[in-house]
Amino acid sequence: MEDKTLKQVSVFVENKPGRLAAVTEKLYEKGINIRAFTIAEAGDFGIIRMVVDKTDEAYEILRNAGFTVTLTRVLGVEVEDEPGGLYRIARALGDANINIEYVYAFTSGGDKALIILRVNDLDKAVELLEKEGMLFRGRID
Amino acid sequence: MYWDPRAEKMPQKDLQEIQERKLRAIIHHAYEYSPFYRKKFREIRLNPWDITGVRDLPKLPFTKKQDLRDNYPFGIFAVPISQIVRFHASSGTTGKPTVVGYTANDVEVWVESLCRSLVACGVSREDVMQISYGYGLFTGGLGFHYAAERVGATVLPTSAGNTQRQIELMKDLNTTVIACTPSYMLYLSEYAAKIGTDIAEDTKLRRGILGAEPWSEETRRRIEGKTGITAYDVYGTSELSGPLFTECTEKHGLHIWADHFLIEIIDPETGEQVGEGEKGELVVTTLSKEAMPLIRWRTGDITIMESEKCACGRTHPRIMRILGRADDMIIVRGVNVFPSQIEHVLMQIPEVGEHYMIILERAEDGLDKMTVQVELSEKAFTDKVADMLELEKRIAEQLKAVLNVTAKVEIVNPGTLQRFEGKAKRVIDKRKI
Repeated sequence: MEDKTLKQVSVFVENKPGRLAAVTEKLYEKGINIRAFTIAEAGDFGIIRMVVDKTDEAYEILRNAGFTVTLTRVLGVEVEDEPGGLYRIARALGDANINIEYVYAFTSGGDKALIILRVNDLDKAVELLEKEGMLFRGRID
Repeated sequence: MYWDPRAEKMPQKDLQEIQERKLRAIIHHAYEYSPFYRKKFREIRLNPWDITGVRDLPKLPFTKKQDLRDNYPFGIFAVPISQIVRFHASSGTTGKPTVVGYTANDVEVWVESLCRSLVACGVSREDVMQISYGYGLFTGGLGFHYAAERVGATVLPTSAGNTQRQIELMKDLNTTVIACTPSYMLYLSEYAAKIGTDIAEDTKLRRGILGAEPWSEETRRRIEGKTGITAYDVYGTSELSGPLFTECTEKHGLHIWADHFLIEIIDPETGEQVGEGEKGELVVTTLSKEAMPLIRWRTGDITIMESEKCACGRTHPRIMRILGRADDMIIVRGVNVFPSQIEHVLMQIPEVGEHYMIILERAEDGLDKMTVQVELSEKAFTDKVADMLELEKRIAEQLKAVLNVTAKVEIVNPGTLQRFEGKAKRVIDKRKI
């Protein structure tokens, strides 16, 4: 079965100067491009979440550099870069009683926005959004 | 099974009477014959007749390790050397050496005490007992040796070291009980595995009497899980004689033979006695020792006392597993905290490693703040902040339950906390007092 989800690289970082630089330096050295990025901050630590072009490579590099890394399956949703884009998705998921655990977005040029979502019921969300024609079908590279 | 049922099951009232009588006698003995105690009593103008019984203990001065060093070699002795039948000595790695002397009766009391303990943890004449504590100036080897022989067990005096040979002999001579340090037991079982011997399958070993260093309940479970033996804790220090007290088969505290040793638990800072069930420093007054009586000997070991009669039928008080050293104690918002307690909590939480750092700071409002840093295990990491915060909260709650003081918990990347070889220095005290 075709995988309709995206793999997000999540990295545990202590909330200290230079930690983000240390993570991104490793990726830069290997020519890995970050396509979507966010930090969830929680006092003394944070969790970097990102979608990159070479996911498995990024995972290996960061792990070997001593970072605590995990790969998380998330949803990529493509919407028109116009008012109401996120609303339609949120509405659809909400109506289907699917909880969004976190979300972040970026525009990748052109007139589309890519939204990254982590939900509590991945399979149901994939099914729903595919039916709605909103699931991201492109490639992250 | 009891070694000396009359003594071990004596009503507590009778035990107290023995203590009252023997305490008065030892005070007079020390004052009359030990130059150190005579001088000390005179300095504080204490007349031995002022001590009428156990209730007067707080009037008596403490005896500390430094006193033994300062009076090396014979200043504390209360008998002429001709009556001494043995010396043991500790090396002077942390200061001057100390020496302990025994009269024939001192050795007798030591051996009898340990015989009671060995029988209490199930050793009998049917056993083959391998003694892997060092023989020599250290009290471990010889102490166990004489008691095990008297109990009637077959003694295999391997002493420490030469692990390969220890395992061969254990298999060939059907060792059933081993006496050694817990860390050696772990090493032995790992070594055995490496040379293709499974202690549980390939040997007859059933019991271990482990001590001479602090260890945890977790380590006990690890040892028992790996080797299939039942592990018992043993306590004793050379100043008190050597190995003396073990757990009974109830495994709920170590019986302190109260007809020979009078124990108190004190707050190491104030020197005041603490209540039953409260942790503090173990202080022992020897009631039977002739050569080197010790009055209110500060062991430096932190424990909790339980004086209720044990389910095994023995009436003597118990001390719980040693929690740490008084020297390691830190005081946070007026509460005594031992790093070993923190370690113990962390070892039970699989999501974090066993390395930790304690950081003490004084906030603007003058209150102490304790932060405990722990390493996140890679497997426990999730991308959800809530999970990580929940983990911090759960650790903080468990620390609070054990320490009685709130600690902020910070999880950090694995491998980032400092590692220590030898004595760990896990406390960073930034408080300006």
